[in-house]
Amino acid sequence: MFSFIAKRLLTAIPTLLILIVVSFLLMHSAPGGPFTSERKLPPQVEANINAKYGLDKPLPTQIFNYVKGIVVDFDFGPSFRYKDRSVNDLIEDGFPVTITYGLISALVAVLVGVSLGVVAALNQNTWKDYTALSFTFTAQVLPNFVMAPLLVLLFTLKLGWLPGGGWEGGKPQYIIMPVIALSTSYMATIARITRSSMLEVLNSNFIRTAKAKGLPHNRIIFKHALKPAMLPVLSYLGPAMVGLLTGSVVIDMYFSTGGIGVLFVNGALNRDYSTIMGITILVGVLTVLLNLLVDVLYAWIDPKIRY
Amino acid sequence: MIVNQKKIEGVAESLLDSAEVKGRSLWADAGRRFVRNKAAVGGVIALALIVLFTLIGPSFAQWSNEEIDWAVLGQVKTMGAPSFESGHYFGTDDLGRDLYSRVIQGTGVSLMVGFIGSIVAVIVGTLYGAIAGYAGGRLDNFMMRMVDIFMSVPYMFVLILLLVIFGRSLNMLFIGIGLISWLDMSRIVRGQTLTIKNKEYIEAAIASGVSNFTIITRHIVPNLLGIVIVYASLLIPGLILTESFISFLGLGVQEPNTSWGALISEGAKSMQYGTLWQIGFPLFFFVVTLFSMFFIGDGLRDALDPKDR
Repeated sequence: MFSFIAKRLLTAIPTLLILIVVSFLLMHSAPGGPFTSERKLPPQVEANINAKYGLDKPLPTQIFNYVKGIVVDFDFGPSFRYKDRSVNDLIEDGFPVTITYGLISALVAVLVGVSLGVVAALNQNTWKDYTALSFTFTAQVLPNFVMAPLLVLLFTLKLGWLPGGGWEGGKPQYIIMPVIALSTSYMATIARITRSSMLEVLNSNFIRTAKAKGLPHNRIIFKHALKPAMLPVLSYLGPAMVGLLTGSVVIDMYFSTGGIGVLFVNGALNRDYSTIMGITILVGVLTVLLNLLVDVLYAWIDPKIRY
Repeated sequence: MIVNQKKIEGVAESLLDSAEVKGRSLWADAGRRFVRNKAAVGGVIALALIVLFTLIGPSFAQWSNEEIDWAVLGQVKTMGAPSFESGHYFGTDDLGRDLYSRVIQGTGVSLMVGFIGSIVAVIVGTLYGAIAGYAGGRLDNFMMRMVDIFMSVPYMFVLILLLVIFGRSLNMLFIGIGLISWLDMSRIVRGQTLTIKNKEYIEAAIASGVSNFTIITRHIVPNLLGIVIVYASLLIPGLILTESFISFLGLGVQEPNTSWGALISEGAKSMQYGTLWQIGFPLFFFVVTLFSMFFIGDGLRDALDPKDR
């Protein structure tokens, strides 16, 4: 097991290094420096600023320093836009918010999605199955950026039940709509995967044996069928988590929740390179770690996998 | 004897007759299965109508997509509503621009992103996957490891990074989406190539001295077509979603061009003032197109994917 994790980590490290170096080079090749503005700075001032941010050093040194800063000190450098704040400060403000509603969304998507899928599979070709199926099909065309306005239209503008945005330290009424908007499409995909894999498992020989032995129905479903049926869901969780992180950009923009998404978009609009790079790399690290976690869980649950 | 002779002639004749009955090819079979799928056929019809609408719709438009109707500006809620008299069939947006023209223009951009992206995916992904699968060994390992690395990158963030650094233009959007769209395709194609590679006809081709390149283009790629078509059709809605996501954030297409994502975003911003048509019309086209794409993709999979047969 340890050698498996070590091997996966060994492939993850070059991936992250490539991501960091490529995004650094991209940033470096951008036309105009970060301090190019309408007003022409005196050459002396410009040289001072460049020296302060280390931009006068040769390119390999800059890359090395940047990578070293991230790896050793977990320091993404100063923000090029907010002069008095570092990228770390910005991320520290936004990240807890993103993680809070992101984790809740993931939990809701998995719990509701799996139960929907199991109910649909146990009642194949009945009205329950058809309801679940039509829900999953509809949710395919309702990504987060469509769900968000529709939810606001219904719950804020028509019914007036929920506030249309804000965070307020994460009070429940501010979390509900972001979570629904973010989780719906993943919930639907999880439900669809659960349904088909559950159906497959229910038709397999060991379930027939369990039935023939006269085991109670619930025991067969929860003890024997659910675990193998969860494997495809588990392998979908990696991409789903990345999707949730990406979707948080829309949530932050639309509901003004103040997560890292809004930093990212504002950074993109203001050409605040160090901030968007910092967030890209942070999300890259999370992506790699989440995929690793899913792989380890998979290997742990599925006895057929040898590593 | 004579009777027997006649009998034999009769049998021979009927054999000749039956020889003229045409066999059904795999593709004809698939076509029949597809046409029998009502949802898929409905999807094709709906999609055709939408494409037709973007082609001939502009000739009915009374306003261009960037022209501002000054009579409407400032009182969009009352004057900008959809009506035939003012010539704004779908109403106007918040700046008094004709929504009918903008929806047509946005539909064109969004569909184009989907189709061009999937064409890139088909060409690059098929060749890459076929070469990796056919070559095998170290080259295969290296090529697939590259795909793994690309796939574990949060592509939406990198795509936005690219758009910021090289300027937000439609071309950059196409390039960025083209860069990521072929990854899945190459994996699927490689897997399929590995099974095709061991078939007897490939062995025969190698034995008769056909070059590797010809084997890939002549014998392997045509046999991959079914699975490639299925995944390309499922890829198109995914790419449309990606583009809409970026445009929703205001980082995709730039004015005066627009796309569904940008239109939905604009409509969402102004819906609290009661101008619901601004989100309704783009959303309608978005939802109908995606639905038909998914129906068509499912239909193609049922018709072409040998696994489910």
